[in-house]
Amino acid sequence: MTHHSLDDRGIEIMIGNLLRAGVLIAAAVVVVGAVIYLSHYALQPANFSIFRGEAAALRTLPAIVRGAMRLHGKSVIQFGLLLLIATPIARVVFSVIGFADERDYLYVALTLIVLAVLLYSLIGSGVA
Amino acid sequence: MTILAFTVLIALGSFVAGFLGALTGLGGGVVIVPLLALVFGVDIRYAIGASLVSVIATSSGAAAAYVREGYSNIRIGMFLEIATTIGAIVGAMIATHITTNLIGIIFGLVLLYSAFLSARPQPDVPIDATPDRLAGALRLNGSYPVGTGMRAYTVHRVPLGFSLMFGAGTLSGLLGIGSGAIKVIAMDQAMKIPFKVSTTTSNFMIGVTAAASAGIYLTRGYIDPGIAMPVMLGVLAGSLLGARVLVKARTKWLRLVFSAVIVVLAFEMIYNGFSGKL
Repeated sequence: MTHHSLDDRGIEIMIGNLLRAGVLIAAAVVVVGAVIYLSHYALQPANFSIFRGEAAALRTLPAIVRGAMRLHGKSVIQFGLLLLIATPIARVVFSVIGFADERDYLYVALTLIVLAVLLYSLIGSGVA
Repeated sequence: MTILAFTVLIALGSFVAGFLGALTGLGGGVVIVPLLALVFGVDIRYAIGASLVSVIATSSGAAAAYVREGYSNIRIGMFLEIATTIGAIVGAMIATHITTNLIGIIFGLVLLYSAFLSARPQPDVPIDATPDRLAGALRLNGSYPVGTGMRAYTVHRVPLGFSLMFGAGTLSGLLGIGSGAIKVIAMDQAMKIPFKVSTTTSNFMIGVTAAASAGIYLTRGYIDPGIAMPVMLGVLAGSLLGARVLVKARTKWLRLVFSAVIVVLAFEMIYNGFSGKL
């Protein structure tokens, strides 16, 4: 039952490195956003005890990208968080490619189901 | 409190939570929500949104290290992610329709259960020769490294494990946690997968599960950059450091202390939920 384990490990190591790179890039973007955000708001009073929901500009991909391009601190942070959310999704995409490369079509299909659920969630919720 | 002080304090608290979570294997996510909601007075919806983001960061950040050890089983993980991602969407939908006090009570109960699980001994499952037809058809059986080479294992009760994973995904989407403890139970207890394979595969699955509910949280306005930023950076730094010192540290007493903290936070969440303070 281990005839495919070597190929699996190759895919897994590549995916593991991809995930770590994605997280580090996302964290770097969040740090940049944090610096801009704090340079504007550092001395204002903090109040997060009442839920107001985020402004529309911080809730969808196109609006977040627009704000991030103008270097709005909160938008840049939110963009970094979107990159973070994208890393596990990228992992699923790469798994599809990996399984296809192994000609394991059962797992290509199963992985595509996972990808479809993720995309349904993102598009259905109105992020993208 | 100014935003600067608030940001620094939350980053420090999240750093400690991530550090202890990695050292004890309990995950930093479980204490982030009570820390934010009870100690900092943050609305539980913002707390859950920030926690969910930090869960993705720790899962993805640790994946490279786990993969190198060769324990995780990508097929088991991918197959079960069908259940956890659908569950996560259901959980995130439920979260937007029930009161924050009820969420707090459910959260407290899940915390208690997690602490109970971590106190339980973790025996390595003996090899069982009876094969499961479904596991064979799905090619879930695999092997993992032990001292003397590779040891083969077979996977059992696939439908039960799949159903439990749906539940774990639902709790993840509802509470913004990784549900690592329940994922491990589904794999190690129900499906009889070796403990080390279960924990590492579970970590791998957590990020994908959380990504399934993150979009819903984002569009509902649960993810506030001012809170998610210090939480994500703090937990990530803490968990990466925790994973580094893990090899040398003696974690038994630390697990006990951390479990005790979780129990206290659990009762406080349940109490605040019932008295309508969340």
